Amino acid sequence: MARIIVVTSGKGGVGKTTTSAAIAMGLAKKGHKTAVIDFDVGLRNLDLIMGCERRVVYDFVNVINGEATLNQALIRDKTCNQLYILPASQTRDKDALSQEGVGKILDELKKDFKYIVCDSPAGIEKGAHLAMYFADDAFIVTNPEVSSVRDSDRMLGILSSKSRRAEQNDEPIKEYLLLTRYSPERVKLGEMLSVDDVQEILSLHLLGVIPESKSVLNASNSGTPVILDEKSDAGQAYADVIARYLGEDRPHRFIDEKKGLFGKLFGGK
Amino acid sequence: MSLLDYFRTSKASSASLAKERLQILVAHERSSRNQPSYLPQLQKELLEVIRKYVNVEQDAISVNFEQNDTQETLELNIVLPEHQTKIS
Repeated sequence: MARIIVVTSGKGGVGKTTTSAAIAMGLAKKGHKTAVIDFDVGLRNLDLIMGCERRVVYDFVNVINGEATLNQALIRDKTCNQLYILPASQTRDKDALSQEGVGKILDELKKDFKYIVCDSPAGIEKGAHLAMYFADDAFIVTNPEVSSVRDSDRMLGILSSKSRRAEQNDEPIKEYLLLTRYSPERVKLGEMLSVDDVQEILSLHLLGVIPESKSVLNASNSGTPVILDEKSDAGQAYADVIARYLGEDRPHRFIDEKKGLFGKLFGGK
Repeated sequence: MSLLDYFRTSKASSASLAKERLQILVAHERSSRNQPSYLPQLQKELLEVIRKYVNVEQDAISVNFEQNDTQETLELNIVLPEHQTKIS
C-alpha cells in the first residue's frame, strides 16, 4: 500500500526541501519506488536541490490541466532509478492547484509508487493545504527556535482538523518530528532550545535530529541530496531518519557536542 | 565541574527563556484552537444586547471556552462600568 508523506513546517527556510530531497532519495535507495512532488507553485526549488532543473519540460500544473501526462512530467533521478521528481510550475499562480486535480494525480501515483513525498511550501495557504490534505504521514521540520516551534504547533493543529483523514474521521495522520539545524554546542551554552525542550512543547515522536552542517549547503550547491554525502553528519542523520521511519531501532546521534581538543582539555566529565 | 562550566552557568540562559515563553504561548494557542467557530459572533451579539441596557466598552466582555475530558464550559465575563446600577 502506497503511503503519502508530507514534509511541512509552516515557517519558511527551516529545511523542508532539503528534507524532502533527502528522504525521497533515502527511501528510493532502500529499493522503494518513490515520487517527490514540489507543491510550491511559482517558487519551485526542489528541481534545483535534486539537480534536475535543466530537465524540466512539463510540471505538476500541466498534468492537472491535462496538458501533459503524468509520465511525461515525471523526471527520473539521474543517480537512482527508483526515484522520480514531479516539479512545480514556475509561471502559474498558486491557485492553479485544485483539490480535485491533486487528488487525481496522487491516486494515479499510488498505483505505481510505494512512497509519495509532498514537499510543502511555507505558510498555510492553498499550496501548503493541498500538500498535507491527502497525507498519511507528516514530517514536521522544526528548527530549535521560537518562531519555528510555534509555527510547527500551528501546523499540527491544521493537520488534525483540516486534512482528509480528519474530515473523514479516519485514523489521524502519523506525525513525526524532524529537528533540523541543530547545534549541540549552542544547546550546551544555553543559547538554543534542546531536543528535549522542543519535544516537551510539541510532544511528537522524534524521527531524527539533523545537525547544522556545512554539507547541506555543499549538497544544494551541487544539486545532490545531502543523504548521498555518506561521510557527512547531516547525510548520516538523514540515513538514520529513513531507517527509523522504516521501522529500524537506531539510537539518536548528533545530539551531543563534538569535543575538540579544547573541549577535551576543559570540558570536564 | 570544569572551569568552563562555571562561566557557562553564571550566564542566564536564553534557551530556558525561549522554552518558558513557548510553553505559555503554545498552551494558549492550543486552547483557542479548539474553540467553536461561533464564539466571535456570540460575543458580538451578546455585547449588542448588553449595550441596550448598560453602556459598556467594546472590550468589557470576554467569552472563554474550556474543554476537558468530561465537560465543556462556556465562561462569560462582563465588566460593568463604575457608577452604574447593576443588572440583576
